[in-house]
Amino acid sequence: MNKPLISLKSVSKSFAGQAVLQNISMSISRGDITTIIGPNGAGKSSLVRIILGLIEPDSGKLESSAELRIGYMPQKLHIDPTLPISTCRFLQLANTSHQACHRALDLVGIPKLKNSPFHKLSGGEMQRALLARAILREPNLLVLDEPVQGVDLNGQNQLYNLIGEISKSLNCAVIMVSHDLHLVMSATDHVICLNHHICCQGRPEQVTQDPAYLDIFGKTSIYNHRHDHQHSLQGEVLDAQGKHRHGEGCQHD
Amino acid sequence: MTDFLLYALLAGLGVAAVAGPLGCFVVWRRMAYFGDTLAHSALLGVALGVLLNTDLGIAVTAVCLLMALALVALEQRGILALDTLLGILSHSALAAGLLVISLLPNVRVDLMSLLFGDLLSVTPSDLWIIYSGAAVAIFLLALLWKPLISITVEPELAAVEGVNVARVRTALMLITALVIAIAMKIVGVLLITALLVIPAATARRISSTPESMAVSASLAAMLAVLMGLAVSWHMDTPVGPSVVVCATLLFCFSLGVTQKS
Repeated sequence: MNKPLISLKSVSKSFAGQAVLQNISMSISRGDITTIIGPNGAGKSSLVRIILGLIEPDSGKLESSAELRIGYMPQKLHIDPTLPISTCRFLQLANTSHQACHRALDLVGIPKLKNSPFHKLSGGEMQRALLARAILREPNLLVLDEPVQGVDLNGQNQLYNLIGEISKSLNCAVIMVSHDLHLVMSATDHVICLNHHICCQGRPEQVTQDPAYLDIFGKTSIYNHRHDHQHSLQGEVLDAQGKHRHGEGCQHD
Repeated sequence: MTDFLLYALLAGLGVAAVAGPLGCFVVWRRMAYFGDTLAHSALLGVALGVLLNTDLGIAVTAVCLLMALALVALEQRGILALDTLLGILSHSALAAGLLVISLLPNVRVDLMSLLFGDLLSVTPSDLWIIYSGAAVAIFLLALLWKPLISITVEPELAAVEGVNVARVRTALMLITALVIAIAMKIVGVLLITALLVIPAATARRISSTPESMAVSASLAAMLAVLMGLAVSWHMDTPVGPSVVVCATLLFCFSLGVTQKS
């Protein structure tokens, strides 16, 4: 067993008297893919910000290994349009060369956007650019806070696949925040179900059977969408003939 | 050309040069109200300078720097929303300044020149102060340029990447205070923010990188100073307002240009 990259020991945090995190212990080792799920306001982002060192816990300890290098992808990013900055230049803020930025943009699949103004990127393009900036630091831990926010369902799957491929090829651990487990089920090894404290944790299929999980999310809330067709960039259904099944009362062709 | 006009021109150009890049940060980070607050507190600096019989330039600079530090400290404690905090500090500093000035016996302070600037009374020693202040501000902006851009784009990402966000932000506040203290002579307390914001907004229309915007803003501000002095000379209007009106004309002109993205 290798030494964990980062470990939290009985970490607690409260804001204005409200306990947001209570007695959280967890650790991440190289290659682990851990997903933190929980309802809104469960303290997911606070936990991430403690792991990132952006806020100090009130009690408990955060231990990180000397070789820890974090690549962080924030939930979303708003750049004031009065600040003119190209996507390539945005990536270079991570302290890297031109060539490295181009490689990273290649890797996340948006090489053509390198000279586009950053504030004009679409939701999905923006998330890919943020992922590119995170991997530019050659991290051994990627921290992704709701990485698919503002991306349509089809794009979400692609983005999760991309994150999975990249973390594998870089051999880095991943901590991912999500409020939607079924999307990340296949991409994750370990799930932590958080609601101020750790309700339950384990492999994804274990967690979905756990009474504590079902208490929070319920059995029926898991929407099993089967996307059986693909869309063109314009949103038209491609190759729908024969593959696309219609629901009851569905009127279209 | 008469000496006083040459001094006015040099002083105006010096302030305009540093107002460009700093004004860009004011626009990007939405700090216009912060600039106003510091400018208003400059008046308190004048009053205290007269009261303590010290050099007014030093008194104004000291009060502006202290006010910037106070704002940083209060903002970090997060008791009130920033604009409420600025509203309190801004107007209480202005009121306290006016109060102290009115209480000083046998001292006549030319309020109009404080509020709207008095470029034509610049002396060689003023010039020296303006140029050393501007040089320090430009040097610090250049030195901190990359982390400043980084915390402007996204402070948490910058922090994870190793930028000391609190320190860089405090430095920017102090640079702003310094520039406002030296710019007061040129356009006065009430119009300083205009000299920061308007040239930067003009420059945005024609710039596609942060650096080109900073340089264009400097050039736009310098052009506004030249035009304003010319207008003031020929039409006998006050210099500060003339400069600001010229900056606004340049901005209106820039609206005709297709904005670069």
